[in-house]
Amino acid sequence: MELKDALYNYCLRMGDTSLILGQRLAEWISQGPTLEEDIALTNISLDHIGQARTIYTYAAEVEGKGRSEDDIAYLRSEREYFNFLMAELPNGNFADTMARQFLTDVFMYHFYRALVNSKDERVAAHAAKSLKEVTYHLRHSGEWVVRLGDGTDESHAKMQKAIDELWMFTGDLFEMNEVDETLIEFGIAVNLNEIKPLWDNTVNEVFKRATLTRPEDGYMQTGRLDAKHTEYLGHILSDMQYLQRTIPGAKW
Amino acid sequence: MQNGKKMETLVANEKQVWDWLDQIPDPEIPVISIVELGVVRKVELNKNEVTVSITPTYTGCPAMHIFEQDIIALLTEKGLRVNIRTTWSPPWTTDWLSDHALNKLRDYGIAPPVKGTADKGTLFSSGPKVVPCPKCLSNDTKVISQFGSTACKALYSCNSCKEPFEYFKCI
Repeated sequence: MELKDALYNYCLRMGDTSLILGQRLAEWISQGPTLEEDIALTNISLDHIGQARTIYTYAAEVEGKGRSEDDIAYLRSEREYFNFLMAELPNGNFADTMARQFLTDVFMYHFYRALVNSKDERVAAHAAKSLKEVTYHLRHSGEWVVRLGDGTDESHAKMQKAIDELWMFTGDLFEMNEVDETLIEFGIAVNLNEIKPLWDNTVNEVFKRATLTRPEDGYMQTGRLDAKHTEYLGHILSDMQYLQRTIPGAKW
Repeated sequence: MQNGKKMETLVANEKQVWDWLDQIPDPEIPVISIVELGVVRKVELNKNEVTVSITPTYTGCPAMHIFEQDIIALLTEKGLRVNIRTTWSPPWTTDWLSDHALNKLRDYGIAPPVKGTADKGTLFSSGPKVVPCPKCLSNDTKVISQFGSTACKALYSCNSCKEPFEYFKCI
């Protein structure tokens, strides 16, 4: 595989997860359980969208076809997106959203911590910048997982159910293919086999504090690396891309 | 001098450009300038063309566009051709805020970032650090939310004077 193609795809993966997760969190605006939490979810959403913009800008440069970050966000179809499957799932209740946020935050925290050593300067800079933001996100979602898990019978049951239902999407976080192989050889990408034990440790520690039971690894959803998604991604994109599809080139 | 044509007078040096930029307030915290905030990283002057390098505080910071517009407007008015370059490395940190800027933040009612506190990169850090209330200076305060009205601020409240306040958080 060509280095350039691999790097382009790698940037899309990071950007797509950030963008779609940011889009999902934005749906909480004015719906948060408290005003402070509403503001927090909006802030986190904004961070994710900012991270997507940065890495899309670089992706467009790597691709070298004169496209912009907006072209990449608004003019690709569902089968050209590489975000984590978990990111596109509907928000559900607050526990569902926090469980999803926590499981992805733990991944991003350890992933970016390793990626700051990437031999690609721009990728390393993106990781260093994102890590600062993701650290706050993880502290936030981790605290909520503990608060709800170790809270009332009802909050515990809801958080446990959220984790149980999301578990089959956690295998997807660690899948790799020839893109990773190519980039690992050049010292650009992170070997996710090295991230998995770190992710396990943090997840286990928080679950213990939260009195939650870690589900058994069973059937895992897959297909993302081939841009195969759940039924939900197409709906997000139709919403998000509506304006650019209807009035191509529209600007603020 | 060529063919008797008058050479362009250099109206600015880099120090002067920095001084001008220091007059541009942060759009969300107008008591400190974009230079004091540490957003302006570099100024390169070549005759009447200037390249200003800026770096975002947060990746999604909506003020970035305003920084750019304000810089272009001001320096164009001073007779310069302006290029803006965005840099990503090293990533912005609250450590770049000058002591003077920290005092101005406090006077404005925003608790400045507590220096040397290790809330960067560590998870579940032990024990809450002390963020003094900017209004009554009491150390008896509590965090309400790590996310406030802008990306760079957290929400606190003071147990002594009972006033809520914002904390410019460390990154």
